[in-house]
Amino acid sequence: MSVPVTMTVNGRAVSDTVEPRVTLVDFLRDHLGLTGTHVGCEQGVCGACSVLLDGVPVRSCLLFAVQAGNRSVTTVEGLDDAILQDAFEETHAMQCGYCTPGMLIAARGLLSDTPDPSEDDIREAISGTLCRCTGYVQIVEAIALAASRLRQDERHG
Amino acid sequence: MADPARFISTRRRVREDRRFVTGTGRFVADIRLPGALHAAVVTSPHPAARIVSIDTRAALASEGVVEVLSGAGLPDLVDPIPNALDTPGICCYPLAVDAVRYVGEWVAVVVARTRALAEDAAELVEVRYRELPFVVDAETALDPSSPPVHPAHGSNLLYRRLFSWGPVESDFSAAPHRLGFDLAWGRSSTVPVETFGVVASWDAGRDLLDIWASIQMPSFAEQVASCLRLDLNQVRVHYDVDVGGSYGVKRGLKHTVVAGLLARRTGRPVRLVEDRLENMAGGDMHGPERKFRVAVAFDDDGMIRSLKLRALEDVGAQSGRAPLQLGKPVSAIVGAYRIGSVAYEAICVSTNKTGQTAVRGFGMAPTNLALETAVDRVARHLGMSRFAVRRTNMIRAHQFPYRIPSGSTYDSGDYHAVLAKACGLARLDRLLARRAAARAGGRVAGVGIATCLEPSGGNSSFEALLNPKNTTTTWPESCVIKVDRTGLVTASIATSTSGQGHETLTATLIGEELGIDPDRIRVLHADTLSAMPGNTPVASRMAIMLGGAATGAAGRIRDRALAIGAHLLGLAPGEAEWSDGAAVAPDGRRLSLGEIAQVAHREYHRLPPGITEPGLQATHVYQVPTGGTLPDADGRGQMYPCYSFAAHLVYAEIDRLTGTVSLADYVIAHDCGTVINPDIVRGMVIGGAAHGIGAALYEEFAYDGQGQFLSGTLADYVMPTAHEVPDIRLVEHCTPSPLTSHGQKGVGEGGYLGAPAAVASAVNDALAPFGVACLDLPMRAGTLSDLLATATEQP
Ligand code: FES
Ligand code: FES
Repeated sequence: MSVPVTMTVNGRAVSDTVEPRVTLVDFLRDHLGLTGTHVGCEQGVCGACSVLLDGVPVRSCLLFAVQAGNRSVTTVEGLDDAILQDAFEETHAMQCGYCTPGMLIAARGLLSDTPDPSEDDIREAISGTLCRCTGYVQIVEAIALAASRLRQDERHG
Repeated sequence: MADPARFISTRRRVREDRRFVTGTGRFVADIRLPGALHAAVVTSPHPAARIVSIDTRAALASEGVVEVLSGAGLPDLVDPIPNALDTPGICCYPLAVDAVRYVGEWVAVVVARTRALAEDAAELVEVRYRELPFVVDAETALDPSSPPVHPAHGSNLLYRRLFSWGPVESDFSAAPHRLGFDLAWGRSSTVPVETFGVVASWDAGRDLLDIWASIQMPSFAEQVASCLRLDLNQVRVHYDVDVGGSYGVKRGLKHTVVAGLLARRTGRPVRLVEDRLENMAGGDMHGPERKFRVAVAFDDDGMIRSLKLRALEDVGAQSGRAPLQLGKPVSAIVGAYRIGSVAYEAICVSTNKTGQTAVRGFGMAPTNLALETAVDRVARHLGMSRFAVRRTNMIRAHQFPYRIPSGSTYDSGDYHAVLAKACGLARLDRLLARRAAARAGGRVAGVGIATCLEPSGGNSSFEALLNPKNTTTTWPESCVIKVDRTGLVTASIATSTSGQGHETLTATLIGEELGIDPDRIRVLHADTLSAMPGNTPVASRMAIMLGGAATGAAGRIRDRALAIGAHLLGLAPGEAEWSDGAAVAPDGRRLSLGEIAQVAHREYHRLPPGITEPGLQATHVYQVPTGGTLPDADGRGQMYPCYSFAAHLVYAEIDRLTGTVSLADYVIAHDCGTVINPDIVRGMVIGGAAHGIGAALYEEFAYDGQGQFLSGTLADYVMPTAHEVPDIRLVEHCTPSPLTSHGQKGVGEGGYLGAPAAVASAVNDALAPFGVACLDLPMRAGTLSDLLATATEQP
């Protein structure tokens, strides 16, 4: 039994039919081919599957696709956040890159609410996203760097 | 090259990062082949049982199911997974044949149109078992009366050898002091965020099996081919797959054999991507679980004369490659210290637990913990500073190259300088004052110190050490470079990458050698049929080995281009020199690589006499420095060419009530010789340390007394988050290796080798005033709070 679902993904309207048991992450990856969002546990622990749902980071393995109906989803492919992404490259805030999309989503969620985060704020914001490679230090630096550049942009832009 | 290094050791972006921040990496689960089937596994609920029957009828009739494979009949189709040790009677197939030996072991595999349908059908496979006695504890398993995990092998003992290097007994009786203790390293692993996955596709028209896998494993294609009874050139493993972390464990041999077999039988691509439970329970990726008995004999000044080490490794239900992890520690058995004699007893047993595999450091991290704990205890015994005892014992800078009792020669180092840098960066005096203030305030505080050696660049002779039937004495790495007609450079390497930045490494070194911008060099990951020999990024080897290969191949390109260039400039060989990507005449005339390449590719008539091969291309297969020999009869030999070194310093406080440990002021001074990319090196060191913090405090694959597996989720197997890993600061030191292309040494493991010992040192320093100690890793909060609550001494 499949049901229709409609949502906005990365700014585009998407309609499809899915089994009600299909998770949002499987819908994004398997139905829409958006493989930038990763799966690490399907248990809600690792945060690799994080996407923005109406601007707020959520774990897409813990939601059914139908629960995102009529809402707006942003994945790493649609992040379009050059300053943040560039800061991740500048500090080499990754190694294998598997956690990176989830980290970027967590960081975006933080910076939208807290443009001038402390180190503790940053650590808190990414504490639900596991990175096994980096030990987090260069990720914390990347987010702080992005925050300061975004604030500068704000002032000058 | 006469020019000073331009690209090496400078902060340059890591080229791999762009695809990861844009979500365009290509991991194995992202690979979509038309018509692909999805696999799900049926696993054993028992630690030991006979399989009475497997009924697959309901599963086969289930929606979307194409095939169900079980162990029945499997020996007719595939060969068993190879054992690294010479262990006759141990025979493991990808799916259990007749009997199961651990909870989570694969019993059957279902392939269906979607993963969900495969999971549905897996639930319908009916397996009847007759339970058997089992053993989960290593010491018990050693007892000949314990139930044998592999009855055909006769006992649970897989390996036992007592190595003796130097006059251990006389050193022990001559020394004024002796002490001993037991210590345990809990079963943990690297647990990458990406599980293991494989996609296999059989091309009947070409008689060829294509494999895309999340893989980091030497000889992978060889072993897949041999298990599947295929010719080696019938298997093509594609290396252009981004691997979502590995640190040793991504070996998925049984997964690949199953997927390959099913792809061939069904005629459709088969994709087997573990879910987290499949990964944790039956993915055969657990790491060392080791019990130590340690004794040291030492002088009044803390100088350690002799070391006795017994290591009992619980490898679980498979022999595989894991037991060899008792071999690598031999290459640095005395760590940074001038210990004159060593007795090392290495014992391996099987138990009814999931299989073990290679983990970062290949068995060095537990052994380093044992050694560093011994040094701390010597200091405590004598009432001396742990720093002073280390300084007394450490090899002096002028003593390199330094040969240790077990036969390896350390190439270079300055351990005193590195330790001094760590103490300087940490402001040791302030750290000790902070500890004093905390203690005065009634808090439980400690300072931890550990050093570690990182043997790097391996030649694999630990295989021969533990299994004399293995006669491997080289572990080469290679690089192929071609310069196209326009002068642009494309290199191809023989490995996939799991975060080490090999494309950046290769481009940087080729750019350096040719004097051209590394950003304009393309680096491809070949596949096993088109690649030259390679052994993947294990053993902290790629900076050394791929670095040597890329530099060697680029050197050949440069020499050839220079010869052609000199001729075109009307000069005799040797009269032109290579500079900034061009052949340059003494009068300043230049011919760029592009101009030379045009001639090399198209204008044969202008080539110098003696150059008869058109085009501009080169291959270099790089032999391991110091490789080429087998260990001697006493087990002495050179296993690794280069030795990196690090000193870790950390401050810890333990919450008296909850036992929670918080770390602060974590400092690492490290020396990996010449750094090729500073950001990559920094990430490796910090990431390794974070991983070591996890092993020290949180991570364990737990089994209960009934042999049931208790750590199937990431909520049960607790890995450090950004809250648990403190800000870690680094300071570098550089003693270049005399053996490598640019003085580089390995760096992928040192963080992980030092951190567990440093954290344990800090925790035990905090516990010392209470007269208690914790010698079991992980040092769980519950254990620590119990220790503090029941301590009889109060500071
Ligand atoms: S995959 Fe969703 S939290 Fe791990
Ligand atoms: S970069 Fe590999 S898990 Fe974070």
